[in-house]
Amino acid sequence: MSTYIIRRLLLVPVLIFGITLIIFGMLQFLGPVERSALYVRDFPKNDKQIQGIIKKYGLDRPVYEQYWRWLVGVKDPATGVRNGGVLYGDFGYSRTASQPVIDIIKNRFPNTLDLALWAVVPLLSVGIWLGVQAAVHQNGWIDQAARIFSIVGTSFPTFVFGLLVLIIFYANLGWFPPGKMSDWVSQVIYAGGFHQYTHLLSIDALLNGRLDIFLDALRHMFLPILTLSYLTWATFVRVTRSSMLEVLRMDYVTTARAKGLKENVVINKHARPNAMISITTLAGMSVVGLLGGVVITETVFNYPGIGKAAADAAAQLDVITILGFAVFNGLILILSNLVVDILYGFIDPRVRLA
Amino acid sequence: MTEITYPTGDNTLLKEALSDRKIGRVERFLGPENYRILKGLLKTPASIMGFTLIGFFILVAVFAPAIIPPVGNDPYKIPRDGFSGEPRGMGSEWKKNVPDMPFWYKTVTGKDHWVHIFGTAQGQYDIFYGMIWGTRTAFRTGFIVVVSTFLIGVILGSISAFYGGIVDNIIMRIVDIFMTLPFILMALILAAVLTPVIGKSLIPSIIALIAFSWMGYARIIRGDILSVKERDYVLAARVVGVRNYRILFRDILPNAIFPTLVLASLAIGDVVLGFAALSFLGIGTQVGYADWGQILSFARNWITSLQTYWYIVVWPGLILVLFVMGWNLVGDALRDVLDPRMRGKT
Repeated sequence: MSTYIIRRLLLVPVLIFGITLIIFGMLQFLGPVERSALYVRDFPKNDKQIQGIIKKYGLDRPVYEQYWRWLVGVKDPATGVRNGGVLYGDFGYSRTASQPVIDIIKNRFPNTLDLALWAVVPLLSVGIWLGVQAAVHQNGWIDQAARIFSIVGTSFPTFVFGLLVLIIFYANLGWFPPGKMSDWVSQVIYAGGFHQYTHLLSIDALLNGRLDIFLDALRHMFLPILTLSYLTWATFVRVTRSSMLEVLRMDYVTTARAKGLKENVVINKHARPNAMISITTLAGMSVVGLLGGVVITETVFNYPGIGKAAADAAAQLDVITILGFAVFNGLILILSNLVVDILYGFIDPRVRLA
Repeated sequence: MTEITYPTGDNTLLKEALSDRKIGRVERFLGPENYRILKGLLKTPASIMGFTLIGFFILVAVFAPAIIPPVGNDPYKIPRDGFSGEPRGMGSEWKKNVPDMPFWYKTVTGKDHWVHIFGTAQGQYDIFYGMIWGTRTAFRTGFIVVVSTFLIGVILGSISAFYGGIVDNIIMRIVDIFMTLPFILMALILAAVLTPVIGKSLIPSIIALIAFSWMGYARIIRGDILSVKERDYVLAARVVGVRNYRILFRDILPNAIFPTLVLASLAIGDVVLGFAALSFLGIGTQVGYADWGQILSFARNWITSLQTYWYIVVWPGLILVLFVMGWNLVGDALRDVLDPRMRGKT
């Protein structure tokens, strides 16, 4: 097991190198003046200032030097203050939002986390359950229904589905509004007295004992969660079904049946746990995807998470900001993939021995 | 003919080999395995439905000028009936920039002047026009992206499989890294980076989609080449001293490429989905370009009054879903046919 973990850990620097290289490559489409936003807040006013900044931060140096500076930042020799350096979490300045990119991330990431937290359980449960049912009753009506469900689901673009549920549940029924909170909640928060322990609205509401705010938060998250879940279920049904079918054909399942075990014991105790192994990767990837911010879903529902921030920055062509998000996202991805892979090694001995 | 005693187990292939079935020209051309894939695709009800949908969209794209004739020089610019921000309802009268009268219009609608069949979006862009001409945009982007990703995938995958060793390792790690990245976010970023360089058009989104969706093909073709590489006829070619690149192009690729080719051609649905997502987020084409995602993005400003303006979402959404579903239905059938466990059963 430890060799497996070590081997997996050795991959981390390679991944960081690869992902940062791709993002840095995209940065090269920008001119030096635009790239100066990596290090200085204000747009340089005149030629002399531009030249000064280019020289100070080495924006005219060879590409590999610039890559290194971009990674670790530039120290001011006089004051010793470091500017830039994405590996230190300094992603430069967003000139459209007039604040450091890392501040936007600090503001928005808790919201994304809040959404991810409540989306995980519905996301993972229903699709897998339906997939198992479809495999157990292969070619039965539930299998056909699951298949249609899956094809329709994978054909629905996120934003079309999101807009449709908005038409039904918000515009016509008025049950679940878009956004993050109702006006009265924001008034309560800004009035003070509401402690933001975690900056996750739903958790804070519980910690403050405000059930009404908690329900309001859930009400706003319901439609995004429904959208994310439905589209994930479509994939999960298919993968679970085929992996379950494969397991059901195995000899040990036949053995279990032959020794007279009840069918539900065969399925729940012998077959399903083994079918779950191949779904772990997919489940891990979905959860990791949630953490990175779900660009389209957050945009459709006007949910102020990191994905919405990325979409807004992209629409305004604020490349420095969105590349900052990309680095942040990449680092989260690498870390959470590491965790998923190690867990996977614990679950399935074949992985760590390969 | 004497009675044959078969060994126990699955003898479909053996029976097939011993039968004196006539082999048609198509089968001879494609080879038995590829022929089986094609036949499987043409037999399942789901994929027939898919092919029907695809055929319908091809007709719409081809006959777009007959369905709704273009107004002005650029047919991809949706004609605007005025400049008012407020969308107008279905069936409202078309006053400015009215297209010519197509042959079907009077018989179907019973009117002798154009109305906005599906209403107008914000800025008085006609939704019906956008949907019809958007079909062409969909096929164009889908086709360009699929062909490019296929070529990149096949080139990198074949190099990887053919040379093996360190080359293989490097290329496959690059594939891994690209696969780790979240597709929509990265495509969004690249399109945003390229837009100021290239200008607002289809091209930034197309390049962005190509850059982050070639990896699957590289993996599949690599796997298929690795298995074909070990076949006897490749060994025979080596023995008689055929040069490397000739073996690759004449013996290996033609025998390994078919599954990737089919998969790639069915990816058009996914590509169009990704493209629509980008234009929905406001990246890519100019405002008013006939493109489904673009029309849908108009709905973003009217979320609080969607009970009135639902048609901005429902009609373009429906056409997009049906388009993608057509390809997915065929793709789903293909997955079954390509599944090795199904081999010899169709």
